[in-house]
Amino acid sequence: MEITVRKEGSATVVSVKGRIDAITAGEFEKGLIALMAGGDCMLVLNFNGLEYISSAGLRSILSTAKQLKAKEGKMLFAGLQGPVKDVFKISGFGSIFKIYDTEEEALRQL
Amino acid sequence: MTQIPAHIRVPANIDSLHTLLAFVWSCLESQGIGQERLREIELAMEEILVNIFKYAYPDRQGEVEIACGFDDGGGLQVEVSDHGIPFNSLSLGNPDLQAGIAERNIGGLGVFFVKQLVPAIRYRWEDGRNILTLPIDPAALL
Repeated sequence: MEITVRKEGSATVVSVKGRIDAITAGEFEKGLIALMAGGDCMLVLNFNGLEYISSAGLRSILSTAKQLKAKEGKMLFAGLQGPVKDVFKISGFGSIFKIYDTEEEALRQL
Repeated sequence: MTQIPAHIRVPANIDSLHTLLAFVWSCLESQGIGQERLREIELAMEEILVNIFKYAYPDRQGEVEIACGFDDGGGLQVEVSDHGIPFNSLSLGNPDLQAGIAERNIGGLGVFFVKQLVPAIRYRWEDGRNILTLPIDPAALL
């Protein structure tokens, strides 16, 4: 898994490549928590390069989203590919989170 | 690719995850299962294995075994077994998929995925082992 972070106006784009599984989910969650601690509360998660996510990854997302909500932050998703899109769909995450086809589209919502 | 029947037995901890996933992938790929379905089985396998790593041996080190082979009728199947405490994870209830972010509970998704991805999965307790049998239907479900 590879995480890249970049500022885009008031938003923070977090691009994740590779796999978020039971082994990497902890590192992914730590990364998001560090961003929040630094005051980044408008997050766009670009999953264009993400090949795989398991329930461990969804747990990290949900846990971070709960904390963001308390800070009146936002977490949007962009660029989900086939298998990751399927996992979002069957888990119901597709309906509790806002998901956009592209990063640009997500950024326009913030 | 791994010719089947084949089996692997390794310590039941997270360090074994990728070895086991690669083993199952390789066995099923040798039987002509397509990439999309392989990815679904891989996800189901991770969820099953992580549960075993976390809960099967609360007070000792143990092992997990995976056997890829055929059932009596010649159907492709994967069996996952451990010698841990008797527990049928399939008996757990489904998470509330409609709940919003604040209300949504963190747990229960893994087993739910397993049941969605391999609906024919079954559990039995035999000779001191938890055994999960996954009949492998080649068609992708999602």
